[in-house]
Amino acid sequence: MIERYSFHERICHWTTAAAYLYCLATGLAFYTPHLFWLAVILGGGPTSRQWHPLLGVVFVAAVIWMHALWSKDVAIGPSDKEWLAKSEAYVTNDDAHVPPQERFNGGQKVFYWAMFWGALALFCSGALMWFPEYVPAGLRWIRPVAILVHECAALVTIGAFIVHIYMGVFVVPGSTEAMVGGRVTKRWAMTHHKLWYDRILRANK
Amino acid sequence: MSNGVLQIKAMSGHAGTVPGANTSRDYEVAKLIDVTTCIGCKACEVACLEWNGYPFRETQFDNTYQTMPDLAWNYYNLIRFDEHTTPEGTFQWLMRKDGCLHCAEPGCMMACPADGAIVQYANGIVDFNQENCIGCQYCVTGCPFNIPKFNAETKKVHKCTLCSDRVGAGLEPACVKACPTGCLHFGSKEDMLDLAEKRVDQLKEHTAHKNAGVYNPAGVGGTHVMYVLHDATNPEAYGGLPKDPKIPLLVRIWKGPLKWLGNFAMAGGVVAAFAHFMKFGPKKEHGGEEHADD
Ligand code: HEM
Ligand code: SF4
Ligand code: SF4
Repeated sequence: MIERYSFHERICHWTTAAAYLYCLATGLAFYTPHLFWLAVILGGGPTSRQWHPLLGVVFVAAVIWMHALWSKDVAIGPSDKEWLAKSEAYVTNDDAHVPPQERFNGGQKVFYWAMFWGALALFCSGALMWFPEYVPAGLRWIRPVAILVHECAALVTIGAFIVHIYMGVFVVPGSTEAMVGGRVTKRWAMTHHKLWYDRILRANK
Repeated sequence: MSNGVLQIKAMSGHAGTVPGANTSRDYEVAKLIDVTTCIGCKACEVACLEWNGYPFRETQFDNTYQTMPDLAWNYYNLIRFDEHTTPEGTFQWLMRKDGCLHCAEPGCMMACPADGAIVQYANGIVDFNQENCIGCQYCVTGCPFNIPKFNAETKKVHKCTLCSDRVGAGLEPACVKACPTGCLHFGSKEDMLDLAEKRVDQLKEHTAHKNAGVYNPAGVGGTHVMYVLHDATNPEAYGGLPKDPKIPLLVRIWKGPLKWLGNFAMAGGVVAAFAHFMKFGPKKEHGGEEHADD
């Protein structure tokens, strides 16, 4: 077994995930009356409205923390362009035709950037929705604009999130264990992140 | 107007059907504000505070007789004062009682996400239930008249209730009761429209206000608080009454098409993931047989 995620990285990841999930549940409660019960079971409407923005700040802070840890690992490079060109092979599990990947593959990096920019958009629009009473009367039109931006950004992250969970839990066995325990088998590493694995081997020689 | 229970069902010593049999009552109420007879005395402002149990507050001078610049969470009713120069060059005070119009299609209610925070009664009154309000202020964004006001301390929003508590008991709203000139009227929506139209005819016939008209804007389905204006072609002159109020387009997009699109995309995403798993399943590890177990 080799180390894939340090303890620090795992704490950061799960802080992000917990804050995101809370915002997701309470956000969906405000999104549609059919899911308002989510706010009810999470302590009631006023409580949810009070904590959603606060946990949103935690989420954004955690994303920035994650960025500090992973900005090098998630920068789009040549191996990602190849991956994206061959993404059909990846999606159809035709893995023999997927080019070898770095620590994160092209798809994971796209997910990262969707979450990163989504988080910033959610934060900026969310701040306006948090304190709408401070939006000057002449700029009233900003209020519905902020809501639309917030909702669209949320939908983008939800789409990315569905794929993320699906990949991590169902499609790539061993990933969830990696994010919990921090370690993967060498075979897992060779299969999914060959370039990264080779780099580690070289570093350990 | 409160309800139909006092409709006569049977009568002693009466041949034939009873008076009023087979008639239905108009349950929709309305307040009519005839701004042409408002003298700006603010009796309605005081009555509103008294009935709702709010304290009197310091006025904010703004170069007019207006009590303060805008409505407040504990000030539902504000006479707006506007100095107006008529086309003939004479000076005119425009005084309009501002407050919730109790729209038939309320933007506040469309925008509100909280179960039961805003209700619309069969009689047309739109009422906020503060115990269900979550303080998001979406209603402020949805209202075309900028009426609901936020109490930052309790995180609840308030506005005119059209005295639903009085109307439910068969009384007129407190402001109507207090008005000394008879500029405020209360009754069924039908009767109030009728009265408004008669007053408009009178103004056109006997005064110089040839553009007099009723303000009952169709863009929000009509309102349960209506105005008679000297000049219905220029409602903006009356403290910015919008000419053609509509629920903001962005609010309608947000509560309409975007909801459907989002629901479809989210459900579609989960279904697509499941379908993908059925077709392709999990990835298999390959290569590195020598490391199979470590
Ligand atoms: C919503 C906030 C979250 C953010 C911003 C986030 C972000 C990330 C990022 C950037 C990675 C690096 C690899 C990648 O891009 O796929 C990652 C990995 C991972 N995440 Fe999340 N994550 C979130 C929530 C979750 C949740 C709720 C789960 C729960 C099941 C989860 C499971 C995983 C797994 C299993 C990995 C490891 C993937 C691998 O190493 O191949 N994530 N996460
Ligand atoms: S005037 Fe505003 S607050 Fe009153 S019912 Fe209409 S939308 Fe709601
Ligand atoms: S502030 Fe209260 S009444 Fe207004 S939209 Fe939010 S929950 Fe509804």
